[in-house]
Amino acid sequence: MSHTLITALWWLGRGTGVMALVMFTISVVLGILTRSGRSVSWLPRFAATDLHRTAALTGTTLVGIHVGSLLLDPYAQLRLADLVIPFGGAYRPLWLGLGTTAADLLLAVVVTSLLRHRIGPRAFRLVHWATYVVWPVALLHGLGTGTDAATPWFRGIAVGCAAAVLGAVAWRTSPSFAERGWRRIPRKAVS
Amino acid sequence: MTSLADVTSPMAVLPPEGARRLLAAADPSLATHRATFGPMPVPLDLVRLLDSAGLTGRGGAGFPTARKLRSVAERGHGVVVANGSEGEPASAKDRTLLMHAPHLVLDGLALVAAAVGARSTYLVTARADVAERVRAAAQERGDRRPVRVAAVVDRFVSGEESAVVNRLNGRPGVPSDRMVRVYERGVKGRPTVVSNVETLAHVALVARWGPDWFREVGTDEQPGTFLASVSGATASPGVYELPYGTSLGQTLRSSGARPGDLQAVLVGGFHGAWIPAHDLEQVRLTRSDLQPYNASVGAGVLVLLGHDRCGLVESAGIARYLAGQAAGQCGPCINGLPRMADALTALARGHARPGLVEEVHRLRGLVAGRGACSHPDGTARFVASAMRVFADEVDVHLGGGCSVAAAR
Amino acid sequence: MSRLHVDWTRCDGHGSCVELLPELLERDDWGYPLALGSLEVPAALEEHAWHAVDVCPLLALRLLA
Repeated sequence: MSHTLITALWWLGRGTGVMALVMFTISVVLGILTRSGRSVSWLPRFAATDLHRTAALTGTTLVGIHVGSLLLDPYAQLRLADLVIPFGGAYRPLWLGLGTTAADLLLAVVVTSLLRHRIGPRAFRLVHWATYVVWPVALLHGLGTGTDAATPWFRGIAVGCAAAVLGAVAWRTSPSFAERGWRRIPRKAVS
Repeated sequence: MTSLADVTSPMAVLPPEGARRLLAAADPSLATHRATFGPMPVPLDLVRLLDSAGLTGRGGAGFPTARKLRSVAERGHGVVVANGSEGEPASAKDRTLLMHAPHLVLDGLALVAAAVGARSTYLVTARADVAERVRAAAQERGDRRPVRVAAVVDRFVSGEESAVVNRLNGRPGVPSDRMVRVYERGVKGRPTVVSNVETLAHVALVARWGPDWFREVGTDEQPGTFLASVSGATASPGVYELPYGTSLGQTLRSSGARPGDLQAVLVGGFHGAWIPAHDLEQVRLTRSDLQPYNASVGAGVLVLLGHDRCGLVESAGIARYLAGQAAGQCGPCINGLPRMADALTALARGHARPGLVEEVHRLRGLVAGRGACSHPDGTARFVASAMRVFADEVDVHLGGGCSVAAAR
Repeated sequence: MSRLHVDWTRCDGHGSCVELLPELLERDDWGYPLALGSLEVPAALEEHAWHAVDVCPLLALRLLA
């Protein structure tokens, strides 16, 4: 393999990793917006849901390229087993293991989402909770394994993503979030 | 005409005469049951017999029994459930039948199971005394695969077909979406027949004496007898067995009530409709006579309203009860029923405000047909009939008064 | 001609379906989809009906033949 190709694979791996994090951040925020049942002035509800899915699938594709390019790159020392078994890798095993965990959980979320009409809303929702684990684990993986973790631009992206998700989660857990649906519309007491 | 080709054992006893059929046995024991009704029949083609007899469900929906059995029989490996839930508070016929003639119901259950090729049978009830009586009866029979008696929660919607199946599958006893057909996927995922206990009792009789005997009483379109639960303004409330086609006036007199003492009769229970007093004599208990009132015999519940109570006040109370009995799954129902009951209550209490009557009708339209089961539909139907039959009283209440209170 | 079916045990009044099929649906007092007329879906709206079925987060919609 030529030096140019190896370098290209290394950059591709890092680049897709960062972009995947951004995509998943968008997906988590839009997922919470979907859950709220509210529409933002310029974004109807169905569009928020569509974008949430598109961002998630784009992020998943990027993860695929991220993992693929790093498998091919000899300097990454990534083996196929590392895709499934976390914390056994040669290069920064702890941080890599987090990536494995996030990727495996992501796979479960994506597969159940694509098959949601078959498995029913309960099973689909149950597995979907794992996204609240996928996102922070992926962020930690990026900060730990990432070559660019120390750079200001990556730190900026990481802080921005974290702020977005933390803000959305804070809104999700606030009492005023629960406003839509019959479970949340108080009905007049029947005496 | 049904030939004798369907009968395989001679009847040692004569069939019951007149309308005293289901309640003909003197006590619930197996010995008396056999003495009164003869041994267990073995019909060659039960479904065809039921088809000729024109037996329809006695649980309220009136679905043709033969058709129900056929849809499960053709799928095979089915389950049969005897539905004794009786969630309707004004109904006592299912528990009366099960306490009085459990073997008739168990005969019907076994006959249906054999006819559809089912090996598992269940019986559901909300009452402990009924469960005990049925278990004792099952014990008496010594069946190889005895009926499994299960408890349902005593709520209005517990007796809905899919709610019963859900309960037997270990899930909450609330209805499923309408698309779920229990005859396709029911108990443990198998095709399931859910039949009211009274229907099964009639099956046991038809299997013995055939469709012609069954049709000896009743009308052509609604043959046979049914059990009526009579309550309210009557000297002798209780369960009466009547032929279809009996006039309401006649029925009231037999149960110790006087039509002249009544304002109206609620026919079909809390999801039924009011029949005003002046029509009581000529209205017969048949589908066609009751249709103009948007009523049907249903599960045979008759609630008599005397002159000492206000029709609107009583109806508002029933509407509040029905609102509280919603399963809580469906938005329009859980939101609409209480608000409709509130509006009707405001009217009943004379708290008139502009647009109150329109509000009742608007909410009626919002809830009907927008739920997984027919609870909102039935409640809307009941409210509509109350507003119609007690229209004069509505005007009095809008003026802040009440005819009954004024009369006191 | 297909028909839109709402599984009321799943519907939570989210509202995406009403956005996508304004010709057929509006929201009632509590946010739930209310049919303006019939729930029969004309051929011209079928694509949007499929989109609504797909996008409902509660999987409460079905399109029947």
